Amino acid sequence: MGNTPAIELRDLTLGYDRHPAVHHVTGEVAQGELLALVGPNGAGKSTLLKGLMGEIKPLDGAIDLFGLSHRDIAYLPQQIDIDRSFPISVFDCTAMGLWREIGIWRGLDATAKRKVADALTALGILDLANRPIGALSGGQFQRVLFARLLLQDCRLILLDEPFRAVDAKTVADLILLIRRWHDEGRTVIAALHDIEQVRAHFDTTLLLAREVVDWGDTLTVLTAENLAKARHAVEIWEEHAGICERHDEVKEREPA
Amino acid sequence: MIDALTQPFVEFAFMRRALVGLFALSVGAPPIGVFLMLRRMSLMGDAMSHAILPGAAVGFLLGGLSLSAMSLGGFIAGLAVALAAGLVARSTILREDASLAAFYLVSLALGVLIVSVKGSNIDLLHVLFGTVLALDDAALILVAGIATVSLAILAIIYRPLVLECFDPQYLRSVSRASGPTHLLFLVLVVLNLVSGFQALGTLLAVGIMLLPAITARFWAEDVSGLILVAILAAFAASLAGLLLSYYTNVPTGPAIILVSGVGYILSMLVGARGGLIWQLVHRKHLEA
Repeated sequence: MGNTPAIELRDLTLGYDRHPAVHHVTGEVAQGELLALVGPNGAGKSTLLKGLMGEIKPLDGAIDLFGLSHRDIAYLPQQIDIDRSFPISVFDCTAMGLWREIGIWRGLDATAKRKVADALTALGILDLANRPIGALSGGQFQRVLFARLLLQDCRLILLDEPFRAVDAKTVADLILLIRRWHDEGRTVIAALHDIEQVRAHFDTTLLLAREVVDWGDTLTVLTAENLAKARHAVEIWEEHAGICERHDEVKEREPA
Repeated sequence: MIDALTQPFVEFAFMRRALVGLFALSVGAPPIGVFLMLRRMSLMGDAMSHAILPGAAVGFLLGGLSLSAMSLGGFIAGLAVALAAGLVARSTILREDASLAAFYLVSLALGVLIVSVKGSNIDLLHVLFGTVLALDDAALILVAGIATVSLAILAIIYRPLVLECFDPQYLRSVSRASGPTHLLFLVLVVLNLVSGFQALGTLLAVGIMLLPAITARFWAEDVSGLILVAILAAFAASLAGLLLSYYTNVPTGPAIILVSGVGYILSMLVGARGGLIWQLVHRKHLEA
């Protein structure tokens, strides 16, 4: 992988109602990098991904996506508010991954239909194509969502806890797909909680506990000492927290 | 038998007009009802039908029993309430149902106030219960025009609307169409309620929108199937309701909605998809 950056975070602070959930994060993600986002609950992993998607605006600092708009990013959120009782087939649901090609009006031509079938085949669920999504198991539905991500064909893919409540076989298949994206030179960032999974499959890791605990080569980041530090660093939500002055101090030290 | 079904329409022009008007209504409103149901906004249709009242009343004050004035007034009032509710929901902590409830109740009270201060009880009854047997040319053109526009817009926003119903998060991540789609859909809800209140009155207009759609849930498997079944159910209820009211001398609007309600109860009992009857018969399970 080259060192061309795909994402640059500059002293980024993200949060809700002025309380920071991601605090003064600075760093770069290279193009084609396979980055695991690790940290205890409340560390700001989901918040950081939402920030990258543009769903929440930075309280401070900046995100540089080097010209990528949020429509060029494929995103699998953690809290999926999909109505599983909605009467739509697996095929139609997956085909929505082609949105950038078909948009609001265009129909699915033969090529597009083959792409959808290929994506379903890649996830091993072609035989479910005509089932309503309400008839699927949790693991099968996760495969549908991954088939849709596959069709989105994006340079940057953000996955928020993609393996929750999925069995080992499904996890193995989905990791294969993520490795394939990595081999194709796509940038993939995945928030994960299974440390062994991360050690086995992800080259680089960002260990987050609101602030960066460590960021770099997975094996050097995920030490027992760092993990303990991360657990302790997630402070309580302070109702009466004072105004953070750190940003201003930085500015004073580096006159523009 | 066939004679009994056709004779009223052959003999009386007002019955033919009523049938044409109701069929136009049955093409436009039920598909909107299908999407209201799928978005779990079924009761929003009812709230909106109340919100239309003050607009229709102001239209009546300014233009008398003029169709265009009352329709325009109703459309403006309904749209204002829908937009205000949507805006408040998107920019404050209130959910859409709560902010809609607040606005439509104010609107309803305003409507009742205007009608009781300025109008007579008969006028109020017209607005509340409609006059399907007295549809003039202007009313027919309005109803048919709204059905046409409504179907055309629905065809245009169909894909984002489906996506907005079942995975709004994804729609927002791939497209800017989410906001405009929601807005156009609200316009369609209001338009079809205005169209319905000529024939069925503000209270029952929502009936022909929702009952066929809810009935369809027991028969169809996908969205296009739901729309088709809902339209056919509305046709059937319109025809049967008109004939029922002709032969038994009961008011037409309630008769149509009641027939529609009977269709719903029957479907709930014996519907092919999830009707209650399937819980009673024990069918052997399949191999896979």
